[in-house]
Amino acid sequence: MKGKAHRFGDDVNTDYIISGRHKFKTLDMNELARHVMEDLDPHFTKRLKKGDFLVAGKNFGCGSSREQAPLALKHAGVAAVLASSFARIYFRNSINNGLPALVCDTSGIDDGDTLEIDLASGRIKNISKGSEIDSRPLPRVMLDIISEGGLVEYMRKHGRLAIE
Amino acid sequence: MVLEGKNSVAKTISEKILSAHSGKDASAGDLVVAELDFVMAQDGTAPLAIRAFEGMGGDRIAMAGRAALCIDHSAPSPLRAISELHALMREFADKYGLELNDVGEGVCHQVMLDKGHALPGSLVIGADSHTCTYGAVNAFATGVGSTDLAAGLLSGSLWFRVPETMKVTIDGKLSRGVFAKDIALMMVGDITADGATYMALEVGGAAIADLGLDGRLTISNLAVEMGAKAGLMEADQKTLAFFDGRTSEKLAPVSPDAGAAYQEEREYDISGLGPQVAKPHTVDNVAPVEEVEGIPIAEGLIGTCTNGRLEDLRAAAEILRGKKVAHGVRLIVAPASREVMMQALREGLIEVFTECGGSVMCPGCASCVGTHQGLPGDGENVISTANRNFKGRMGNPEAFIYLASPATVAASCVAGEITDPRRVM
Repeated sequence: MKGKAHRFGDDVNTDYIISGRHKFKTLDMNELARHVMEDLDPHFTKRLKKGDFLVAGKNFGCGSSREQAPLALKHAGVAAVLASSFARIYFRNSINNGLPALVCDTSGIDDGDTLEIDLASGRIKNISKGSEIDSRPLPRVMLDIISEGGLVEYMRKHGRLAIE
Repeated sequence: MVLEGKNSVAKTISEKILSAHSGKDASAGDLVVAELDFVMAQDGTAPLAIRAFEGMGGDRIAMAGRAALCIDHSAPSPLRAISELHALMREFADKYGLELNDVGEGVCHQVMLDKGHALPGSLVIGADSHTCTYGAVNAFATGVGSTDLAAGLLSGSLWFRVPETMKVTIDGKLSRGVFAKDIALMMVGDITADGATYMALEVGGAAIADLGLDGRLTISNLAVEMGAKAGLMEADQKTLAFFDGRTSEKLAPVSPDAGAAYQEEREYDISGLGPQVAKPHTVDNVAPVEEVEGIPIAEGLIGTCTNGRLEDLRAAAEILRGKKVAHGVRLIVAPASREVMMQALREGLIEVFTECGGSVMCPGCASCVGTHQGLPGDGENVISTANRNFKGRMGNPEAFIYLASPATVAASCVAGEITDPRRVM
């Protein structure tokens, strides 16, 4: 997949991704998607094109356990989030909902760079910079969840989680 | 239980609890599927969990008698749309036999403790990041999202990565005017917002032994603000006494083995520690109270899963008794649970809060998360006992939130500006 990078800093918390003043009101993720990242950047959803990537520093998704955070990003059109590290609950939620979360060195990626990501290999090409970076491989159980299309579908098929 | 796998080596509390619940001889870094003892979701996460449960084809729960839903984050409901989500929770709880803690029962985490659901040595997941609070009573308790919660509810188990552990030893004696919240903020300031990411904390030492359960819960509550998966403590006589009459289960506390492997060890002596304040807009932006004294405040909040317990209310009431909240300041007090509220009534604490000019709210999350009641105005400063001060957290991205102990919040509300509580004690 190919898209533009939207650059954010360190410690982007889930309140910033989708504020509590919106998320408690509705289960309509398309409605929540209109407010994604608005406390950090009120114009984010206007600049975002479907298939773009969100690129951040360390500890992306820290704070509350709200699963509306990856869901709202996904419904807003974000194709993947790249960060140098993720907070653990956000990371699980993102994978469970089929929004790729790639742990990689994001220091060389600038706002507006065009990236091409091969999810199978975890390789990220920065077309604007002519460089390539690798992301950290996911544990098998997470790959299994992704390959089933998310945890809901995984559970529907298998009934319980299994690790070989 | 017979464990299979590698030869048993000295283990941390996390390794022991996750081994016992998975039937594997598990060490840090291993992935296990573990059987759950209790699951919980609140009104911000349960509706999505219900939808996920249905999507998984769920028609019965594996956690009968061991699952609770709590309506606490927007309670009582301020909006028709939220009332509909609450109704969905009540209907689901009735249909599948989950315990429903309705409006007024309290913050989910305090309810889980009051009702004896989070026990020493147990494995608990909650669809709320501050589920780590029950680590203070020796439960391996961790926050998950709604879909993980649904998977746990449906199957009774969930996958976990066994965390590495950071051992934190806190020695020394607290000075007058300094509380567990000040220790917790000091730790967050030093360890930082991601310093313990993916790790479990094991917190102990003489200062922890001296604290009552309420103070220990405050410290474990802030574990997630350092990125930690759990904020564990060993159980002692105070822990066991707390569960008297709350459960019929035999308690099985877990201690770490001598020689257990820690990824990191930190030691603090809190004898000289003064009151601490986390400044906007991150929890690890911590300063001594002296640095922020004099900053005018418009609102004070005493309560939440961090500091809404009896010891907190007593400390605040001691300062507020016979005083008045400053002109132009509103003080909001919300006891953490119905049980706490009842005891606060018996002790005359609610009278103190009301007489001094404060407003006492329904037990629950109150103004912490900005969904109802007590939203700050543009440019206003709030001093709060909660655990998060992110921009917009209380419902207004143009407001500024400072985090402190109940004593510091109380003293600041009387003065109308951030104040060192030692000046008025």
